[in-house]
Amino acid sequence: MRNLVILGAGTGGTVMASHLRKRLPRGEWAVTVVDRDNEHYYQPGFLFIPFGFLRKKDIVKPRSKFLPKETEFIQAEIDRIVPASNEVVLRDGRTVPYDYLIVATGAEIVPAETPGMLDGWGDTIFDFYTADGAEALAAKLKTFSGGTLVVHVNETPIKCPVAPLEFAFFCDACLRRHGKRDKVDIVYVTPLPGAFTKPVAAAALGALLEKKRIRMVADFNAERIDASARKIIGYDGREVPYDLLVTVPTNMGAEMIERSGMGDEFRFLPTDPRTLRSKKHENIFALGDATDVPASKAGSVVHFQSEILTENILRAIDGRPLEPAFDGHANCFIEMGRGKAILIDFNYETEPLPGRFPFRVFGPLPLLKPSRLNHWGKLAFRGIYWRLLLRGRRIPFVPSRMKMTGKKRPAAAPGA
Amino acid sequence: MPLKTYGNTTVDVDAEGYLTDFSQWTRTVAEAIAAEEGFAALGPAHWKVIEFMQKEYKENGQVPSIRRLNKSGVASTKELYELFPGGPAKKAARIAGLKKPEGCV
Ligand SMILES: Cc1cc2nc3c(=O)[nH]c(=O)nc-3n(C[C@H](O)[C@H](O)[C@H](O)COP(=O)(O)OP(=O)(O)OC[C@H]3O[C@@H](n4cnc5c(N)ncnc54)[C@H](O)[C@@H]3O)c2cc1C
Repeated sequence: MRNLVILGAGTGGTVMASHLRKRLPRGEWAVTVVDRDNEHYYQPGFLFIPFGFLRKKDIVKPRSKFLPKETEFIQAEIDRIVPASNEVVLRDGRTVPYDYLIVATGAEIVPAETPGMLDGWGDTIFDFYTADGAEALAAKLKTFSGGTLVVHVNETPIKCPVAPLEFAFFCDACLRRHGKRDKVDIVYVTPLPGAFTKPVAAAALGALLEKKRIRMVADFNAERIDASARKIIGYDGREVPYDLLVTVPTNMGAEMIERSGMGDEFRFLPTDPRTLRSKKHENIFALGDATDVPASKAGSVVHFQSEILTENILRAIDGRPLEPAFDGHANCFIEMGRGKAILIDFNYETEPLPGRFPFRVFGPLPLLKPSRLNHWGKLAFRGIYWRLLLRGRRIPFVPSRMKMTGKKRPAAAPGA
Repeated sequence: MPLKTYGNTTVDVDAEGYLTDFSQWTRTVAEAIAAEEGFAALGPAHWKVIEFMQKEYKENGQVPSIRRLNKSGVASTKELYELFPGGPAKKAARIAGLKKPEGCV
């Protein structure tokens, strides 16, 4: 019996188990998945919790329910990978040998990376990147009577880079609905030069922030937070005062990667951006938030990667050359509040562009422009996630490689 | 592809003034780009950062992040902001003749 071992039973680990259990002969291959707990959260749902649209229990299901039959699920903390002996050591001392290993241990927020951030944690500083953080923020927002609300991105890359923008748009929409918009200044603080990394989307999203009277502080890199004076202090000496700080702390890969001595400075695993194989070890592959590939850290990306990774692992097992097929494709809905959302579709080479996304179910979806159809698309994603994505089924009409059909490059935009 | 002349050297640059062909880079070009970016002069501390970035780029094909520079002991993040005010990774990469650090999407 040969062993395929998958570390992490989140989006990437689960979908890879679904794909590979179907493709690897049962008598010859055991598939083992390891995760520290049995609670699979639909992370895009975290955004909706602070506003009372969803609660924790609405977006969590047992991980084991989504793993195919005849996969072994080990619930344990992973201590480290030992590539020299092809085994994984668990915290409880057990070892799990592997022939092929898939790293899907994701990314997590690390507030301790910013001096002072933890001083105000749960008091005037909150996150919405964890289920507990989002619930604590929901309670806080209920009693927040007014002042300066700062939405802050500490350092890039972060998972779902549009989530903090969505959060800011939601705040605006909710405050308006309750007639309290004039009591709150919303400020968006980012280390990027604009609202997004790429110019065309940055201009479109920046214009929307302005229209919604959300002030942007760009190119801001926080050196520390003075929680008692309630201000963020930048390396360049600039200060941003807040009454309520909603931050996306530095995102890093799992500590397990660092304990294994395999990570970069963010604990991400150096991974070939096109084949998804570890740059160092021939029998180790990775997908999702755990890698250092310069694609968005998003569920849609994991989905596109999983199809390509499945083929590449089968090629590696057969001794055939890998196909460098991953193009960085990402496809994200950005919630605007008030029943509208924006859709962006892009890859390594092509930035998000306006136009229309071909979608035969209810007609093309507008790109880079708020619309109701996109909002429904985002809501539908929750069902698609549990029913199709995790089970490794095809999501209708969304190809794993990006297509240019329907996209329009503005005349002034620089070439890809 | 736009061209740019620094002294008697002509180099290929992208829309934002980053060199597109590292083989055209010289220390004189670096000094001219630095002057354009508003630096009075490049001191040994600047050069240490620039040379480290070039070495990393050669080895990994990636422009190192500020976190990487900090962790490698070349200069602390605070020092980097003092040396290259307004955007250490971007400015140092341009002076070093490298491409603009990948905006992480
Ligand atoms: C607020 C928010 C909003 C988002 N919105 C969207 C969206 O709208 N659209 C979209 O496409 N994506 C969105 N995402 C991103 C998406 O959720 C992630 O990109 C995706 O879940 C990544 O999957 P993954 O398998 O790489 O990691 P995960 O699903 O996070 O799985 C990693 C797993 O590894 C386990 N693990 C780590 N270390 C250990 C260890 N030492 N021992 C045992 N187990 C370990 C963890 O328990 C976890 O289960 C959002 C994310 C957040 C936080």
